Parts: sequence; C-alpha cells; structure tokens
Amino acid sequence: MTRPTARNITEDEYFFGHKACAGCGGSLAVRMALKVLGSRAVAVLPAGCMSAVGFNFPQLCFANNAMISTFAGTASMMTGVEAGLRARGEKDYQVVGFAGDGGTADIGIQALSGAIDRNDNMIYICYDNEAYMNTGTQKSSLTPFGAYTTTTPAGVKIRGNIREKKNMFEIVAAHGIPYAATASIGYVDDYMAKVRKASEVKGMKYIHVLAPCPTGWGIRPDETVEYARMATDCGLWPLAEYGCGEYSLTRSMKDPGLLRAYIRGQKRFRHLRDPDIEYIESKRDARWEHINRSWKAP
Amino acid sequence: MKPHLRTCIPEWRSDSLPDNTAYEAGFLVTKNSGWRDIRPVIDTKKCTGCLQCYLYCPDGTIARCGNKVSVDYDFCKGCGICAKMCRHDALRMEAERR
Repeated sequence: MTRPTARNITEDEYFFGHKACAGCGGSLAVRMALKVLGSRAVAVLPAGCMSAVGFNFPQLCFANNAMISTFAGTASMMTGVEAGLRARGEKDYQVVGFAGDGGTADIGIQALSGAIDRNDNMIYICYDNEAYMNTGTQKSSLTPFGAYTTTTPAGVKIRGNIREKKNMFEIVAAHGIPYAATASIGYVDDYMAKVRKASEVKGMKYIHVLAPCPTGWGIRPDETVEYARMATDCGLWPLAEYGCGEYSLTRSMKDPGLLRAYIRGQKRFRHLRDPDIEYIESKRDARWEHINRSWKAP
Repeated sequence: MKPHLRTCIPEWRSDSLPDNTAYEAGFLVTKNSGWRDIRPVIDTKKCTGCLQCYLYCPDGTIARCGNKVSVDYDFCKGCGICAKMCRHDALRMEAERR
C-alpha cells in the first residue's frame, strides 16, 4: 500500500464535533488514526479524555462504531470485539483501542500485556499526554521527571515529579510483539505511516503517540504541534519502530540544545532549576548512548 | 461520512431516548463555534493547497476544497494550529466579532 499523505487519505472525518479543549493533541491522534483505518474500524476507548469528549449523549462524535470500556479493560474489550466480529463472519475490519497514558501504563497494563500474549489481531494506540489530564492533571507513570501535577506539586524540597517516565515502548516490545512504534502528533506523516503499517501486520500492534495537552502542560493551544515536534527534535521522545526482534530509529535527534527551550516554555516545568535540567539532559544522553549502540539508524 | 448536526434532538422522556447504552454513531446536536474568540481566515491568493492546516487540525474542521482549503466555522474552536502550520502566510487569526 502507498504511504498515506494529506492528498490520498479519505476526506471522511470519523472524530468530529467533539468537546476536547482547543488545540488538543489527543484528539488529533484519534482523528488521524481513524482517517487511515477507515469506516471499518471499531474503536474501544476507556475512561479518559477521548471518551469524555467524544460521547456526551446525545452528542456522539465518532462516525464509526466506537464504545467505552472499563478503565482497566481496553485491551480485553478489544479482544472481545475482535472475537465477536470474527464470529459474525465480518471481513476487512480493524479493531483499534485509544487509551491515554494512565489507561495504558498504570491501570490498563495488565489487560494490554495479556492481549499481547494472546497476539490478537488488533491495534492498541496509547495517546500520551503525560498525566491524567481528564481529571485535572494527576501524575501517571508516564509523567516525566520534574513535571508539576496536582499530585506531584512543586515546593522547596521536592520539585514536581521525582520519578522517571516509564519506558512503555520497550516494555511492550519486550513481550516480542509483532509490531510496536513510537510516534508524535508533531510528525503526522510518520504517525499515519505507522498506523497504516500496523494495519497490515497480523497479530497485536502497539503505537505510542506523544500528544501534548495545552491545558496540563501550560502551553498555548496553538503550540501543541510545535511542542510535540520539539520533544522529538531535542531527543526526549525518540521516534522508533520495533519488529522481528529489532529496534529501528525512524527519526534522529535534531538539536540537543532544544531541550532547554522545550522545558522552559512549559508551565509544568517552570519551577525547575538549572541542575534539574542538567539532570534531565544527562538522562537523555544516557538513553541515546544506548539507542545509538543497539538500535538501527534511520 | 462525517458526524453531522441533526435537526431533531432527542428529548428527555421521549421515545427517541435509547433504551440501552447504544445509540446512532456520528449524532451531533450542538456546535462548537461559541468556544472561539479568534477565527482563522484563509487568503485564497496565498494558499498553495499544501494541506498542512488540514493535516494538523485537531477538530477536522478544515476540508480540502478543490486545490485549496475551507474552514467549517460551526465546529472550529479557534485554537490557531492551522495558522501556525501554514508556511505560506495564507492563514491568519482574526478577532471574532459578535
């Protein structure tokens, strides 16, 4: 199949009229994935922003079949949906799940791990806005070091989140999943290509897409895409793929010096001092040493 | 295929209320235009049809229209991402006048 572009994707909108905040990164991730997957996609969404903004009865914003699962059960409901469609003799369908970072890395990780183990034929997309944004910004295990959330407030002694962001991509890949990828709403072409690729691989697929949240990150609504790009360009969010036991980078770090502007531009990091930023830099550099050593270059 | 505004809004205690938790997909009853205090305006002379605004609109309110684009002002929230994405200075944000 050809690479999806702005010109050849469908004009249909499958996620439209929703009540997400202006400039929401997560809604862009859902919109573009569904445009690639098409009308035969059945979406499963747990509690989280995208279910809260998409299903306000009677305002129902998915044009394709979509339903809300329990918070912990995104992947297990997807398994059920896939088995049901197969039992009915349906053809050419895609079962896709859209869960947030909390619904994936904290609450739904057991169901996700089970689904990868069963290797059911479906696509799990984690839109990562780096905290529980739907309930007003509480820390999840994908919240980065130093970020202010309501449960990791910044004070004199402790400055925001003291824990590192969980490496969900490599945790999933360690299962030996047929296909896993990281993506960003800042590079939608790359994201669409990965969704298309996932739809063509048989078995379980996982895509982790970074989706900045203007409300929770403290950036302007029109800066969402810029910050998503910056996260990748400064090396904090490497875009990569995993398949056949091999990791491959799909985009190199552009400018390590961008990290300071990325951190300083967001309200959730404004309490950080220079040594904290140097710590974040050292962690990033250690990660890239590992990536350069063992991942395939783009 | 796209969720669209319905003229008939299901009323409470009417027969149109769902009797279970499932209901018709793509059923819209309200617009989002009231959220906006700035609106994107397209300069069609400068627009090259590169479709970056269409690609990055979180609300899907920019549509391909021939070799240009058009904005659905009923659902645009005025976030301004389209104007940032435009490399040709063909989209600018203007104050909403009421």
